[in-house]
Amino acid sequence: MRTIAGLPMTTRAAPRLLAWAPAPAVIWTALFFILPLLAMALVSLTRRERGQTVDLWTFANYGTFLTQGGGVFLEALRNSIEVTLIVTVLSVLVAYPIAYVLAYRVPARWQRVLLVLLVLPFWTSYVIRSYSWLLVLSEKGIISLALQGLGLADGPVGLGNTRGATVLGFVHFFAMLLTLTIYANLVQIRESYRRAAADLGASPLQVFLRITMPLSLPGVAVGAFLTFVLAIGDYVTPQILGGSRELLLPQAIMLQVGRTADFPLASAMSMVLMAVVTLAYLLFARHLRMDRV
Amino acid sequence: MRRSSIINAPITRRRALRAGAAAAILAGAGLPRRSRAAEQELNILVWCDHTDAALLQPFEEAHNVRINVKDYQETGAALAVLEQSQPGDWDVFVVDSVDVRRVAEQGLLAPLDDVQLPWDSIFPELHAPELHKIDGKTYAVPEKFGYNSIAFDKSKVEEAEVRRADIMWNPKYKGRIAVYDYYIPAMEMVALGMGIRPDQITAEKLPAIREKLLEIKPLASVIGDVPTVQNALVTGAADIIIAGGEFVVAGLAQENPNLDWVLPDSGGIRWMQGVGIFEASQKKELAAELVKYIVGPDGQARLATASCYWAMPTNQQAALGDAEKQRLRWNEQPGFIKNSYPYFIPDETLNKAMLEVWTEFLQA
Repeated sequence: MRTIAGLPMTTRAAPRLLAWAPAPAVIWTALFFILPLLAMALVSLTRRERGQTVDLWTFANYGTFLTQGGGVFLEALRNSIEVTLIVTVLSVLVAYPIAYVLAYRVPARWQRVLLVLLVLPFWTSYVIRSYSWLLVLSEKGIISLALQGLGLADGPVGLGNTRGATVLGFVHFFAMLLTLTIYANLVQIRESYRRAAADLGASPLQVFLRITMPLSLPGVAVGAFLTFVLAIGDYVTPQILGGSRELLLPQAIMLQVGRTADFPLASAMSMVLMAVVTLAYLLFARHLRMDRV
Repeated sequence: MRRSSIINAPITRRRALRAGAAAAILAGAGLPRRSRAAEQELNILVWCDHTDAALLQPFEEAHNVRINVKDYQETGAALAVLEQSQPGDWDVFVVDSVDVRRVAEQGLLAPLDDVQLPWDSIFPELHAPELHKIDGKTYAVPEKFGYNSIAFDKSKVEEAEVRRADIMWNPKYKGRIAVYDYYIPAMEMVALGMGIRPDQITAEKLPAIREKLLEIKPLASVIGDVPTVQNALVTGAADIIIAGGEFVVAGLAQENPNLDWVLPDSGGIRWMQGVGIFEASQKKELAAELVKYIVGPDGQARLATASCYWAMPTNQQAALGDAEKQRLRWNEQPGFIKNSYPYFIPDETLNKAMLEVWTEFLQA
């Protein structure tokens, strides 16, 4: 067996160079994720009055989060988790059939075209997309007009400025994302597995339930996790489509930042959000196989 | 206390207007306005209405200068920009009148030459030396003002009804009311509807104001920033906007003549912005020329009708047409000014308490 010591100098240097390959990513993560996160954690343990830091190492902001206004922030957290779970489940339900049809029913030459069409809405700013949904869902929008035209509604129907509108806006966005991750996973499943199951007498439903679905779970898990993380931290969609009829946690955080510049309280609330995301990661971790997507 | 009025100064209506004006900015001031090289440059830190090419271009051409614009969303954000800048980076500053003294006391603003300013043409009630002057020296000149009042769709609501503050609690409009989500003027409007002047709001009176505010929630269809409440009015999701005003509807009135606004008889909240020159500016003479232009008749007309948001010019000689004046309810201004109250910025404790009530209102 050849050893590294026996190799020419340049070849021996290669592993050392390779060892440094992740360095840019590590530096990037440290600079733009770990350090800001530590700074946020530190700020969350301070208290400010009249623009000056008056306390260090206090949990007062976490206490405020738990108790203010009879638990108004806790309710915002609950709303956020509810909306995010609904969005994640609906997005999976919408995305999976699309990805399945794309992967197994559409000829290979059309798959690329359909994938491009699928991501087309990504090319529009999601702020514009949210306002567009608001117009579609308004009393003068196409849905209201269609319902009236079909005789299903007596008068204008306004569907915007509700939780349902927020969910719809989210699902429109995340179903596309999930379709991509699930599709990428489905096309990696060897055709021979499904064919072998069929040869052994499995019905198409059994092939799906016993072979395809279990093997596609990593793609579903990655997409669902991304959906969860992105949706629970999103401020713009609920702000535009929800009409502030209820408060989600990112909106509550923005109130502290934008209205009173209370960065310590906003940081504490953000750390709580971070804890929820971490918890979600731990729940999803078993199925998160990035190499499969 | 003053410091808190800036650090904690809640964002004004313009924060939200900024989003709605993004397209206009991109189409106008955000892109190079002139191809020929200008001899000099001015850097201005302003609200979004000053980014309108229709406002800046005549001055640029007349003085062969390129104006570089940075718009901000709240005074605190502007101060953060200044902290990260070198002295002399900025020449002209547009700021809320309630924050002028604090900014000047930090040594950021240079005294203006009163002789060069059209004080005689500015509505006397808006001179507000307590806001714009320190020790007799002027640090900013009022340039634009407006009201948090009530905006409405007059095809659906009678103006006489809107003039009564109790429309905010009228069950007839259940599901037809939008609320502009800047809590200070909105809560001050509620207080006015209860007969409490904004400067009379105290922690003791807050529970009663909270109760009346919460009564609005079941009637409201939307609570949102300016684009959101504008959208609600235009698309029929709401018929009135509480704490809206000319800044919400005047710019839309050409396409939607039914959109209007009025000050309720119980009064409204008056906001105002001023323009000044940075002490560290190396181009004070040119900056002074820009200030003169902005508060002059032509500049005032262009500023009043800027694409980001319309509002009243402070100069009574502003070269506005009849239709524009009508949209701004020019003839009613003496009465409106008399019957409106300047922004009351609460101290930090009261401010936090008001925000807590507002958060509860949003979650109710």
